[in-house]
Amino acid sequence: MYRIAVIGDPDSVLGFKALGLEVCPAEDVEQARQAIHRMAKENYAILYLTEQLAAQLQSEIARYQDALTPAIILIPGKEGSLGIGMANVTNAVERAVGADIL
Amino acid sequence: MPSTTVNPTRQELTRLKNRLRTSIRGHKLLKDKRDELMKQFMDVVRENRALRKRVEEGLMRAHGSFTVAAALMSPEMLEQSLLYPKQSVELDMSFQNIMSVDVPRYHFKTKSQDPGEVYPYGFAQTSGELDDAVDAMSQVFADMLKLAEVEKTSQLLAQEIEKTRRRVNALEYVKIPQMQESIKYITMKLDENERANTIRLMKVKDMLLKESIQERREKNAREIQAFGG
Repeated sequence: MYRIAVIGDPDSVLGFKALGLEVCPAEDVEQARQAIHRMAKENYAILYLTEQLAAQLQSEIARYQDALTPAIILIPGKEGSLGIGMANVTNAVERAVGADIL
Repeated sequence: MPSTTVNPTRQELTRLKNRLRTSIRGHKLLKDKRDELMKQFMDVVRENRALRKRVEEGLMRAHGSFTVAAALMSPEMLEQSLLYPKQSVELDMSFQNIMSVDVPRYHFKTKSQDPGEVYPYGFAQTSGELDDAVDAMSQVFADMLKLAEVEKTSQLLAQEIEKTRRRVNALEYVKIPQMQESIKYITMKLDENERANTIRLMKVKDMLLKESIQERREKNAREIQAFGG
């Protein structure tokens, strides 16, 4: 049995609680960093992370990018999308092909 | 001249020829693998983009409703109403093998199937916007799981393609030319040795011949002296 968690600022993640997801409110970047490391060791399959936090946690995300679990997926926080999620998709293409062909 | 020093021996030549054959075969196989991976990857990435767009839009809508709900209700009240979720999600993960890359497949089961059951609170004390927000969330949730699957797949595939591409290029532009160079060098060197050997034999033969002619001449001279003189 695998678990799903949502990490982000308290206001952004509150709603996910209603869906029955595990919620990890992080007030600052340091808390989020610790949460990611803790959850990566446990059997979390998916971590949803708000883009606002992700912007400052690039190295953590890169570290788990090539691992099978957890999948760290960026979602827009309540302030709106920063476009990092989309940029990551483009980065994956660039990494594979060597150029942005889409 | 090859970059690394090789022993110009027949044994080394045979070994290199075998390695070259393996490398060329490996190069062809890896190239095929890269092409097929690329094909799969393009499909996944297109789906990834579409899903991400949909999820981001859905979440923005949900966040918008939440902000309105938060404005209408007290923070304590809002938190209280969402404190104990009715719904829960069970996630199962299996693996699918795409061109020897293990990618996750998620299977999820929600505790209750009824979409009306997601509201963990009574309707009397809460604002209608909260209902909207929770509703929007639950609608986007299936897409979010799918997004996780697709995005992870695309990341893993990208990594594998990068690795394969590097291998193909290393074989094509470094290893194979290097080996061909070495083989050429050894062949030339062996041929050169061969020719040197032939020349040496010819020289020896010449010397022997000269010696025997000389001997014969001396013998003839002695005989002419003995009989004629």
